[in-house]
Amino acid sequence: MISESVVDLSRLQFAVTALYHFLFVPLTLGMTFLLAIMESVYVMTGKQVYKDMVKFWGKLFGINFALGVTTGLTMEFQFGTNWAYYSHYVGDIFGAPLAIEGLMAFFLESTFIGLFFFGWDRLSRVQHLGVTWLVAIGSNMSALWILIANGWMQNPVGAEFNFETMRMELSSFGALLFNPVAQVKFVHTVSAGYVTGSVFVLAISSYYMLRKRDLAFARRSFAIAAVFGLASTLSVILLGDESGYEIGDVQTTKLAAIEAEWDTEAAPAAFTLFGLPNQEQQRTDYAVKIPYLMGIIATRSVDRQVTGIKDLVAQHEVRIRNGMIAYSLLEKLRHGDKSPANIEAFNAVKHDLGYGLLLKKYTPNVVDASDANIKKASLDTIPNVFTMFWSFRAMVVSGFLMLVLFVLSAWASIKRNAESKTWLLRFAVCALPLPWIAAQTGWVVAEHGRQPWSIAEVLPVHLSASSLAAGDVLGSLLALIGLYTLLLVIEMYLMIKFARLGPSSLHTGRYHFERDAVAHTAQA
Amino acid sequence: MFDYETLKVVWWVLIGVLLIGFALTDGFDMGAMALMPFVGRTDSERRVAINTIAPHWDGNQVWFITAGGALFAAWPMVYAAAFSGLYWAMLLVLFALFCRPVGFDYRSKLENKTWRSAWDWALFVGGAAPALLFGVAFGNLFLGVPFHLDEFMRSSYEGSFFGLLHPFALLAGVVSLSMLSAHGGAWLMLRTDADLHARSRVATRLCAVVYLLAFAGAGAWLVSSITGLSLLPGLDTGAAINPLTKHVVANNPGWLANYSHYPLTRIAPVLGLAGGLLALLGAQLNRAGVAFLGSSLAIVGTICTAGFALFPFVFPSSLDPASSLTLWDAVSSNKTLGILFVVACIFVPVILGYTLWCYTRMWGRLGDKHIQANPHGLY
Repeated sequence: MISESVVDLSRLQFAVTALYHFLFVPLTLGMTFLLAIMESVYVMTGKQVYKDMVKFWGKLFGINFALGVTTGLTMEFQFGTNWAYYSHYVGDIFGAPLAIEGLMAFFLESTFIGLFFFGWDRLSRVQHLGVTWLVAIGSNMSALWILIANGWMQNPVGAEFNFETMRMELSSFGALLFNPVAQVKFVHTVSAGYVTGSVFVLAISSYYMLRKRDLAFARRSFAIAAVFGLASTLSVILLGDESGYEIGDVQTTKLAAIEAEWDTEAAPAAFTLFGLPNQEQQRTDYAVKIPYLMGIIATRSVDRQVTGIKDLVAQHEVRIRNGMIAYSLLEKLRHGDKSPANIEAFNAVKHDLGYGLLLKKYTPNVVDASDANIKKASLDTIPNVFTMFWSFRAMVVSGFLMLVLFVLSAWASIKRNAESKTWLLRFAVCALPLPWIAAQTGWVVAEHGRQPWSIAEVLPVHLSASSLAAGDVLGSLLALIGLYTLLLVIEMYLMIKFARLGPSSLHTGRYHFERDAVAHTAQA
Repeated sequence: MFDYETLKVVWWVLIGVLLIGFALTDGFDMGAMALMPFVGRTDSERRVAINTIAPHWDGNQVWFITAGGALFAAWPMVYAAAFSGLYWAMLLVLFALFCRPVGFDYRSKLENKTWRSAWDWALFVGGAAPALLFGVAFGNLFLGVPFHLDEFMRSSYEGSFFGLLHPFALLAGVVSLSMLSAHGGAWLMLRTDADLHARSRVATRLCAVVYLLAFAGAGAWLVSSITGLSLLPGLDTGAAINPLTKHVVANNPGWLANYSHYPLTRIAPVLGLAGGLLALLGAQLNRAGVAFLGSSLAIVGTICTAGFALFPFVFPSSLDPASSLTLWDAVSSNKTLGILFVVACIFVPVILGYTLWCYTRMWGRLGDKHIQANPHGLY
C-alpha cells in the first residue's frame, strides 16, 4: 500500500503542473487561429498592416508558446513518474490517444511553427499562409486527442477489465473516439481557447487605443478579436460541457456537487444562486434559489430529475458492496481457479470492481471491510461540494462578463467608434484575467469533480500513484514549483515588455516609438 | 493483419524507429547546443549556431515526445516501471529539457550580455544533459534495474538515484554524449561558415574520437565482465502474458547470445564503428556531408547494437529476473497494437514528407551577415 502522503503530494503536484500548463495552452489554441485569420486578411487584401499584425501578435504568441511546450513535457513525463500504476492499469486505452496525438497533431504543429517564425523570406505568401493554418489545425487537433484521453477518464467507454493481465483493455476504438463526453469537452475547451486569444488581443489593443498609439494597427486587431471572440464566447456558453453531465455516474455526481443538490428534487429542480454548501451536515446554508432553472439548464427538459447527493451515496454503497464480491472473485481467478462458472460470476459483477477498490484505502483485503468502512467509502465518492459549487460559479460569471464585453466590442467595431468609448476600452483591459480565471476554475470543476477516481468508476486515485517515497515527491514538487515560478517571472517580464512596446518591437520604422525617434532626430 | 506475436515484434521495431528518429533529428540539435558555448566565441557566432536549428528543434523534439507517447501506448508497463523507477533521472532529463523552448525563444529577445550568456548555458544544459542521461539509462539496462513487480503488477524500485551511476553506465553516457555531439558538430559544419565552421570541424573530430574509444571500450567491458539475462523457452509468445509467469536466468555473458545465434546482427556494432570512423574522416577532410552521414550511421549502429543485444528484453530487472519486462509480456493488447500500427503506417511517411519539405525550404549556410540582416526577427 502506498502512503496517503505520497498520494496527496502526487495529486498536488499533478494539479499544480496541469493548471500551470493550462495557463499557456488556451492562449496557444486561440492565437494560432487569430494569426491564421489575420494572415488570411493580409493575403487577400495585401495590406502591410495585417502582416505586421501577424508578426507582432506572433511574437507575443511565441513567448507564450515556449512555456506551453516546456510545461507540456512535464505532463507527458508525469503519468509514468508519478502515476505508474495508473499507466499500467489503463495504458492500453489511455496511451493510444496520446501516441496518436503525437503522430497526427503535435508533429504538424511543431514542424510548421518553425517555418511560421522563420519562413517569411523563404516561402511565397500563400505558402506561408498555408503554414500558419497548419499550425492552427495542428494545435487544435492536439487538443482533440488530449481531450479524448481526458474524456475517457471521466466516462470510460469502450474498455473491459482483463483479469489475466490485471488491467483495463480496449474493446472498442470507435467508442473511445466518439465518447460523447470527449466530444463536448473538445468543443468547449477549444472555444474557450479562442475566447482567451480574443480577450488577449482585445485587451492589449484597447491599451494602445487608450494611449492613442498605433491606432490603425490597434483598431484592426480590436475588430478581429471582437468578432471572433463573440462567436467563440457564444460557442463556449451554448455548447458548455454541462450538457455532458448526464452521461455516466461520475458526471452525474459532479452535477449534483456543482449544484449542491443534497436531496433529489421534483423536476425541474431549482438553481442555487448563492449558498455555503456544508458537506458534513449535507445541506447548503444561506441558499438563495431560483425555481426551475437548474433542471432546465442541466437536463435541457422540464420533466427529468437531477439525482441528489444523498441518493447518489446510497446508490454507490450498493455498488461498493457489489464491488467486494467482484474483488473476492478476482482473487479466486488470480489464484488459478479459472472455472467457467467463476469467470461468468466475475463478469457479471466486474463493472463494480472499481467501487470495491475504493475500500483499499481502509483495508488492503477489501473483502473484510466493516460497515463503517463501507459508509466512509460511499461518502468518499462525493467530491468537495463547496469547491465545486464556487469554482463553477466563478467560471460562469467570468464567461458572462466576457460575453457582455464581446457584444459591446463587436457593436463598437461595427459602428467604428471603439476608440472614443474610453469606458469600454478600460473594461477590456480589466477583463484580461477573466479567460484564465474561467479556464482554471473550469478544470477544477472537471478534475476535482472526478475525485475520488482517476478513471471514473474504474480506478481510485489512491491506487494510481507510483510506489515512491514521500520525500521524493515532495522534492520534485518543490523543484517544479521553484522552476515554474522562475519561468513565469521571466515570461511575464518579456510579455509585458513587448506588449508595452507594441508593434514598434518589429523595428519596421512605421510605429509609435520609432516614429517619435525619427521625428526627434529630424527636429534635431 | 498480423497475428499478436508478429505485432509485438513490429512494435519493438517501431519503438526503435522512433528512438532512432529522435536521435537523428533531436540528436543534432542537442549536440549542436552542447558544443555551442565552445565553438561560438562571439554573440553573433552563437546566434548563427542557434539559428541553424531555430526552425527545426521543435519538430525534432516531437520525435522524443512521440516515442514517449508510443512507449505509454504500446509498452505501458515499461513506461510505468522505467519512469517511476528512474524517478530522479527522469526529472533531471525533464528539467534539462525545460531549458530548450524558453532558451531558444527568449535568449535574443533582450540585448543584455548576462541574460544572453545565462541562456547560452541553459541551452548547453538542455542539449548535453539529456544526451548524457539517455546513455546512462541505456547503460543501466545492460546492468539491470533494481525493481520488481507484485502480484497486482505494481512495480517498486529498490535502488537509489546514485545507484544508477555505475561506471559502466557512465561510460554508456559518454558514448551517447560524444555520439550526439559529433552529430551536432557535423550539422554545424554543414550549415555555418568561417571561424564557427572551422571550430565545429575540430569539435566533430574530437567527439568522433571519444565516441570510437568509448563505444569500443563499452563493448569490451560488456563482453569481459557483465552477465546478461536470457529467457527460457516454453513461453507462449503469441498470447497475452502475465510477466511473472516467465522463467529468466542470468546465463548470458556479455549479452552476446543473440549475436552468436543470429550472426547478421553483428552488422550493428560494425556500423557503429564504421560510422564513427566516417565522421572522423569527414571532419578530417572537411567534407561536412560525409561527416554527417558518418555520425548518422553511428547513431543507427549504436542504438541497434543495444536493441539487438537486449532482445527480447526491454527493461531487465537485477533484483528479480522474472520481473524483467520483455517485448512479449509488457505490451498492450492485440487490438491497441493493431490500431496504433495502422496509424503509424499512415502518419510516419506523411511526417517524413513534410519534415523534409521544411528542411529543404530552410536549407543553406548561415553566417554573421544573416544575423545582421534581421537582428530582431531571429533567435
